[in-house]
Order: sequence, then structure tokens, then C-alpha cells
Amino acid sequence: MSTPVSEVVVWLILGLPVASFVLIAALYPVLRRYSAPAGWIAMITVGGSLGISVWLLMETINAAGQPLGFETHELVDVGSLLITIGIRLDGLTAVMMVVVTAVSFLVQVYSTGYMHGDRGYARYFAYMSLFTAAMLGLVLVDNLVVLFAFWELVGLASYLLIGFWFHKPAAAAAAKKAFLVTRAGDLGLLAALIFIWVRAGTLDIATINTEIVGAVELGLLGQTTLTLFAVGLVAGAVGKSAQFPLHIWLPDAMEGPTPVSALIHAATMVVAGVYLLGRFFPVLEASATASDLIAWIGVGTALGAGLVAVVQTDIKRVLAYSTISQIGYMMFALGTGAYAAAFFHLMTHAFFKALLFLGAGSVNHATNTFDMRRMGGLRTAMPVTYLTFVIGALSLSGVIPLAGFWSKDEILIEAWDHQRAIFALALVASGLTAFYMFRAIVLTFHGSYRGGGQLEPGGHGGDAAHPHESSWSMRGVLVLLAVPAVAAGFLTFGGEFQTWVLGALPHPKEGHFVFDLGVFLASTIVAAAGIGGAVAVYQLRLINVAALRAGRLRPVYHALESKLYMDLLVEDGLVRRFFHGGLARAMARVDEQGVDRALDGVWHASFEAGRWGRLVQNGQVQMMAVALVAGGVVVWGAVVLFWA
Amino acid sequence: MLGEVNLFGPQLVLMCVGGMLLVAELVVRDRRVLVATAMTAVLGAVAYSAILLADGKVGRTAFDEVLVFDQFALFFQFLLGGVALAVIAASWDALARFPSRQGEYLALLLFSTAGLMLLAGTRDLIGIFVALELTSISQYILVGFHKDRLSSEAGLKYLLLGAIASAILLYGMAILLGLSGSTNLSAIAEYVADGDSGVIEALLLAMVFLIVGFGFKAAIVPFQMWVPDVYQGGPTPIAAYLSVASKAAAFAILIRVFLEALGAELLSAHWSTIFAVLAVLSMFVGNILAIQQADLKRMLGYSSIAQAGTILIGLAAITADRSISLGSGGILFYLAGYAVTNLTAFLVVIAVFNRIGSCEIDAYRGLGKRAPLLGALLAFSLISLTGFPPTAGFFGKVYLFDAAVQSDLAWLAVVGVVNSVISAVYYLRPVKAMFVDEAAPTVEMPARWRPNAPLALTLGLTSAGVLVIGLAPSLLIDVANEAVTIFVD
Repeated sequence: MSTPVSEVVVWLILGLPVASFVLIAALYPVLRRYSAPAGWIAMITVGGSLGISVWLLMETINAAGQPLGFETHELVDVGSLLITIGIRLDGLTAVMMVVVTAVSFLVQVYSTGYMHGDRGYARYFAYMSLFTAAMLGLVLVDNLVVLFAFWELVGLASYLLIGFWFHKPAAAAAAKKAFLVTRAGDLGLLAALIFIWVRAGTLDIATINTEIVGAVELGLLGQTTLTLFAVGLVAGAVGKSAQFPLHIWLPDAMEGPTPVSALIHAATMVVAGVYLLGRFFPVLEASATASDLIAWIGVGTALGAGLVAVVQTDIKRVLAYSTISQIGYMMFALGTGAYAAAFFHLMTHAFFKALLFLGAGSVNHATNTFDMRRMGGLRTAMPVTYLTFVIGALSLSGVIPLAGFWSKDEILIEAWDHQRAIFALALVASGLTAFYMFRAIVLTFHGSYRGGGQLEPGGHGGDAAHPHESSWSMRGVLVLLAVPAVAAGFLTFGGEFQTWVLGALPHPKEGHFVFDLGVFLASTIVAAAGIGGAVAVYQLRLINVAALRAGRLRPVYHALESKLYMDLLVEDGLVRRFFHGGLARAMARVDEQGVDRALDGVWHASFEAGRWGRLVQNGQVQMMAVALVAGGVVVWGAVVLFWA
Repeated sequence: MLGEVNLFGPQLVLMCVGGMLLVAELVVRDRRVLVATAMTAVLGAVAYSAILLADGKVGRTAFDEVLVFDQFALFFQFLLGGVALAVIAASWDALARFPSRQGEYLALLLFSTAGLMLLAGTRDLIGIFVALELTSISQYILVGFHKDRLSSEAGLKYLLLGAIASAILLYGMAILLGLSGSTNLSAIAEYVADGDSGVIEALLLAMVFLIVGFGFKAAIVPFQMWVPDVYQGGPTPIAAYLSVASKAAAFAILIRVFLEALGAELLSAHWSTIFAVLAVLSMFVGNILAIQQADLKRMLGYSSIAQAGTILIGLAAITADRSISLGSGGILFYLAGYAVTNLTAFLVVIAVFNRIGSCEIDAYRGLGKRAPLLGALLAFSLISLTGFPPTAGFFGKVYLFDAAVQSDLAWLAVVGVVNSVISAVYYLRPVKAMFVDEAAPTVEMPARWRPNAPLALTLGLTSAGVLVIGLAPSLLIDVANEAVTIFVD
């Protein structure tokens, strides 16, 4: 298919943030001291990318979301290994690009205010540009191995940004934890990549989705092949998207600057796993095992994370568990075949969750803390933050007619048709969502102010004793993000959005708007119950929480506050006891007794051989001449000997 | 007639400007003028080749096929031209040590380059010998150019051993001439193909003699003994030149002679085995001796022996079935990748030597902190020499090993991989010294410095080459495979 879009323009989307990263890095000696231009460079470049992305989305909409044809280029051609790099631009890619660039742009505008005065201002924007570039590369490329490279690069950028305030031990530890835990999932993705290459000989995404899936359907290739590949993809997605049991890194990742949490750990990178599974949706669909696996992981995570979120006292951690829970929704949607609904929720979630995170950042700027026990009563001091935060929370809770309602409802409808048990669990999780969000709102914005926190040495922020509204750049972004948090859901009318993303599939379908009165009533009642419950408990204090916590519900509280023992299980049990204590010690013994000794032997042998060699090679020219001639004679002799 | 001379143009430019430099030196002492002239000559020669290429002269021959201008020769003309430019730039500080003989040095470098270019572009035994002597005699003088004890000794040794190697080579050529009655490679090929089995022993003898002669230039074990002394004693830019340009041209002529003249199945089975064995020997001997070295220049010398062994894998993998051009194309790729990589390493060694006057690995301790960019570039080139991705060295090895596997020489590829691991031991030692170890208290390290402009620029270009080839190897491999199509029947 020919296309009016020049390929160079598409690469430019990726090239602009790369240029920004390179430029800031190159000018770093200057920008370290006069840092303001760094923010401008980053904003302008990502703004350019946003502009092009929107234009390309229009183009793909004209093509009904189907891929615009671009040639792919050979990168490496070694014998049987052919690595190509090319663009796959379809409705799915275009939507992802707009989400990434839009949120990235707004977050960077916000960051100019939030990070103002930070010593690492220029470094921050360099990393943000690096992340944006890597994320765009991830959604743009048409080849699994190149995708994997960007996948890892995204992980690196995330590591750098979580540990941005590396002088804080908690931040450094969180960065390390995130890097290691996601690596466990990446191992699965890497295994899937190698496996499919060995079995099918291709890494081209479109080929895998059409020909390989087709070959399996025709029985030319075993179903097991496809299932193993799909399970590998699921492992990668579970790691990157913080799903059970690899979700434990995301709450800790909140040690990074809040705009980073909004961009990377809410709107974009953490949904890369959803994107990956969506990109390979035909594979997932063809493997019932993998579909069921991700459906149950997803709904389990949605429910479990929702429960844990209820007892968090740190506002960012509430949002972090909420993110895990919402990605769980997207995951089980994919598992139940609701491909379009998953991406619809991904898109709306990106906007309202970024809004909520940035709202939390605004609150932190005023109070110097994320601890809700030290907040309260901020609604009068920070009206804009309060109002936008409530809008985001309503959207997240799924209140009609906000964006979150439409996307969540579509997922619920599909779940109802597919698997009633999943629907029931998801409905409970939906009620929990409303409950913990309004608990957070009451604790943060209502009641009376509880004093805020201390300004950290080297930190930046306002006077915590007298909280005030944030700067115009931060407030403005909150208002801007509130618009899609309200209105993005309307894209579902007429099945518009669904048609775009469905166009990316090998057999595109027309999307259509779904609505079910029963599901609507059920979800609305549950959301209302959640909101009402939160207000009753925390605002009106109809129930004494402290007494419950100390009394009959103590074990429940303990379990939830211990994050359902997952961190304990993984960190203490798996890592400390099993890995350090058992496996590593055993490996060390093998290494010291076996490998080291063998290597020492080789080393000694080489050394001795070298001493002998040096005797021969002693620099005497006569000796050398003899050796030269002798060498020739030996070669000749060997030829004659073996030829005869 | 002018048409034929025209094909000789690139070499002629180098020779003429070289001669002019010898005379000009009497009046001009300005280093900038002399260096600029020499570089212009090389650029002129390369441009001449490019014009001939654009003019559709590729595939022409001249002087009864003594001179051929095919894509294979062209590949090496560009490669050698690039190397010569880098070496001239790298010689900037070295030239200051002999202000009255700068022109002579540059002229010899140009003569030698002309000889190497000729070597890659000749199809006649006489032409080969003349080219080889032209380049060798210039190199003997260049190695001894410092006129101090070490340098003179190295030059003399190189001369004596080179003379013996040349004599053996000439003997081999004489046998071929005697048997076939011609010095032309195609004529020899016809003779070999007719295959009188009564003379096979004589043919094999000639073949072994050729291997000795060319193997000496390429520094293949067991004809490598000149390497450490020459690398340590001679001027460092010349060591870089020998390790890269000389080796490349030696492999060029090895490929051409063995594919064009001795490619018949009768012989190729034999030389394939010989090259396989020599490859194993070179890799092991080079690597094991390199581990022992405390001097970075000597280490790079031994490493160049091991690298020659790796390249030999490609020669061994060229089977009688010429449809697989992978072996020879892989060699060309490897040579180009090795050229930029080894030049990068040598340029850093030169820059550091210019500053602290030492090539001891111990003297590099703490360099990573004092001169992070230089340290990083040296580390990068050493990583490429070891063969880690994403560098030129990695893909060079991949192509060669892949060729070996496809030619049923998987065991050779395994030996190659094992040797890559061994080589990591010494390649990574300077990296550790630079970035992990504390600065040596005995060596005075200037706080910050930057190398002179020509060297810095060249360093930027060569290291960029390492990275670009490592990231997009298909660019180069296509050119390399195109260059060896002339050998496909």
C-alpha cells in the first residue's frame, strides 16, 4: 500500500527526543549551571513529536486504522540471522504514540515547575527525553528483536529516573529493585524471542501474527510452540506492567520524582506489557492457555492491588497500587478477548492517572510530604488541585459520564459475556477502586490540616506550614489533563476508537459501541457504594477505623499493610533465603572448587607455555631466521606427510 | 597507451608526490605543509580511484594483466588510503622527533602505500614481487627510523627476516613459472586445472613457499617472530600501519593468488587444511603470548598475530564451491573492521605516549579518571577486538565463524570462540587498569589534556567507524561481498 506519509517524518517522532537527549548531554557542562534551556529543549522536541503523532493518527484514521506500508530495512544479515528495522504504523501504534507524546509533553511542562531549582534539572530532562525516545521506539518498530532493544532501553531510563535522587538510599534501592524484578520478566520475553526465532525463523511481528499463527492453525507447527511463545510474552508483560507476582517493584518506584511516576509508572512504560500482548494479540488469541493465564493473573492483580491500596497511608502508593490494579483490568480484558476495550482503557487511564499523580505532586509541593496522615483540609488552600483530583478520581472510579466509566464498562461487558467469575471479581475490584480513591481524597483534602512535612535537605518546595496552590505551569497541566479525563470516553460512541485499534489486527473489524443496562447499573451501584462507604467511614466517621484496626480486623489489616506478604515472600524468602543463602552459596562452592581451579590451571598452563614461547622468541635474529625457515619446512613436511 | 597508464594513476600520484616530498624537504621544513601535502596525495590517489570507478573502468586490466582494476582492488585501495591518512595524522607528534627527516618519513609512507595498493591490484607474479618489495623496503627503513638502539635493531631484524621470506617466496614463484611457463595467475590457474598429477608435489612445494612469503607479511605463526620487536622498537604510527595496512594487503594477495591461481579442487583441499591449522596455531600462540605482555604496544603486536589467525579461518572456509563467497567476503569485512578498531587502539596509545612517554599497561592506571574520553575510546576498541557487540569486531567474527560452520569447519569456529574468550583476559586488562585501579603514583599524569587536533579528529572518525560498522554491518558486508564477486566463477 502506498502512503502519502514520508517515512522520514515517522522516524522524526523518535528522532526529536533523541536529538533532545543528545543536545542536553552535549551541552551538559553549560546546562548544569544555567539549566533553564534544558527544559525548553525537551519540551519543544516532544511537542514536535506530539504534533507529528497527532497528524499521523489522522492519517491512520483515514486508513481505518490499518497499517500504512513502510519498507523495512536490513540491519544485520549474518547467514541465517536477518534483523530488520522498520516502522509499523497502524491505529494501535498511532494511538500509543499520541498517548506517549501527549502525556510526556504535559508532564514535561509540569516538570519545569515541579523540578524548578533541583540540582539535577538538566539531567532530569535528558533522562526524560531518553525515556520518551525509547518508549516511542518500542511502539513504532516492526521487529521483535528491535522492540526488545527498546524494551530494555525503557527499563534503563526507568532505572535512571527512579534513582534520580540517588543520594536518597530508598531511591537507590527502589531503582535497583525495579531493574532486577523487571529483568525476571524480561528473561521470559528474551526466551520467547529466541524460541520463536529457532522454531519459526522469523522475528518480524506481522509475519508471526499472520503466517506463524496460520501455520499453527493448519497444523504445520505445533500448538505447543505458540503457547510457549505466548507464555514468554506474558512473562515479559507481567514484569514490565507490574502484575502479580512481579508487581512488587512499582510501589517502591514511587521514590522517583512525581512527574516521573505520572509519565513512566502510570501512563506509559507500565502499559508496555499491555501493548506487547496487544501487538501479539493474534498469538494470544490462538493460545487458550496463555489467554487464561493472563486473564486470571490480571483479575487477581486487579483485586489484590485494590485491597492493598485501601490501607496505604502514602498518597503516591495508593495511586501506585491503583495503577497495578487498573493494568490488571487491561490484562484480563486482553485475556478475555476484549482487545479494543483493553486499549481504550489504557488510553483513558493514561490521562486520568497522570492527572492524579500530578495532583499528588502538586500536594507534595505544598506540604513537603506524601503522607496523608500529615495532610487534610487542603481543598480550600488548593482549589484547582482539589477539583482536578476529584475529577480524576471520579473518572477512575467509573462514574458516568467520565472517561473511566466508558472504558471500564466495556471491559466489564466483555467479561460478563466471556467469564462470569472474572466479571464478579472485577466488579468487586471496581468498588474497591472507588473506596480507596475517596478515602485518599477525604484524608488529603477534607478535615483539618495536619501540618505537612519537613523540607528535606537539598530538596525543594514551599512553606509546609502554610500550603498554597502550585505554580501556573503545574496548575495549567492539571486543568489540561482534566479535559481528556472527562471527555476521552466519548470516542467510544459509534465505535470510533475501537475501529482504529482493531485496524491493527490481521483481520480488521468494524468497532461498535457497546452498552449494557445491567452492567451499567451494577457498576454504578458498586462505585456509588465505594464512594459512599469512603465518605461514611473517613469523613463522617460512622465507623471507628482505629478501633477496628486494633480489634477484630487486626489480622486483615496486618495482611494488607504487609502488602499481602508479597514483598516479604520475594525479598526475604526467595532472594535472601533461597537465592543468597542456598543457591548462591552452592554456586559459590562450585565456582571456587571447580571453575576457579580449572581456570587457575589454564592460567598456569598458559603462563608456562608463554615462558617457553619467550625462550624461543628471544629476539635473536639468527634464532628467528632459523625458526622462520623451520616453520616453512614443518608446514611443507606436514603437507607431504598427510598428502601421502 | 595512456588508457593503461591511467589505471596506474592512484599509485602514480602517491609515488610522484613522495618523490616531490623528498626534494621539497631540502627547502620546506614546515611540518604542516609537509603533512598536508602527504595527506593531499593520499586523498588524490583515492579520488583518482573514485574517478576511475565513476568512469566505468572497473574490470579493466593494464600491462598484460600485471595491473588489474577490479572491485576487489578498489576495495583495498579505499581501505589502504583511509589507513594511510590515519597513520599520517597519527604521526604528527612523532615527526617532531626527527625535524630534518620529516619529508623522508612521509615519502616512504607514500611509497609503501603505493606498493600495498599495487599488491592488491595485480594478477602477475612479477607484479606481486615488485609490489611486495616496494612496500617492504620502505617499511624496513621506517621501522628503523628513530635510529636509536631499539629502533635500529628492529629495522635490521625486519630487513634480514624479510629478505629470507622474500627469497622463499621468490623460490615458490620460480617453481610456478617453471611448471606453467607463465607468471600470469590466470595462466597458472589453467595449468593447475589441467592437473598433471605427476607434478603435484612440486605444486604443493610452491604453494607452501608462497604461504611462507605472504604469511610473513600477514604475521601468521610460524612466520611471525619479527612482530614484537618491530612493534616495540619502531615508531608507534608505523606499528599501527604494519598491523593494519600491511596485514590487509597481505590477505588481499593471499585471497587473490589462492583463489585465482591455486583454486582448483586438487589444491584447495590442501590449502584449506593448512590455513585451518595455521589459524589455530596463530590464535593460540598470539593470545597466550599476549597475556604475558606488560607493554601495550607489544601486547597489540601479539594480538595482531592472533587476529591474523582469526582471519585465516575465513581463508580456510573458502571451499572449492565458490558459490559461497562468505569466507572471502567475511575476510574483507573483518579487515575493514579490524582496521578501524586497531587504529583506534593505536591512536589512543600514541596520544597517551605523546603525553606520558610510556606504553606500559601499569602507566594506564587511573587514566579513565584523568582522560575519560580517551580511556573510553581505548576500552571501546579493545572490546571490539575481543568481539563483543555492538562493535565491528563482533560482526567480523560472526561472519568468519558463520563461514566456517557453513563449510563444515564447525570445530574451527569453536576454536575461534574459545580464543575470543582467552583474548578477553588481556584485552580487558588495560580497561581494568584505566577504570578500576588507582592511578600509579610513579607516573605523572597531567590533570586534563587533549591530543593534538589531527590525531583527535582521526580518532573520532575511526571510533565512529567501529560503532557504525557494529550497528549497521549490512552496509559494509554488501560492499565486501560485492568486491569478491570477481572470484565467483
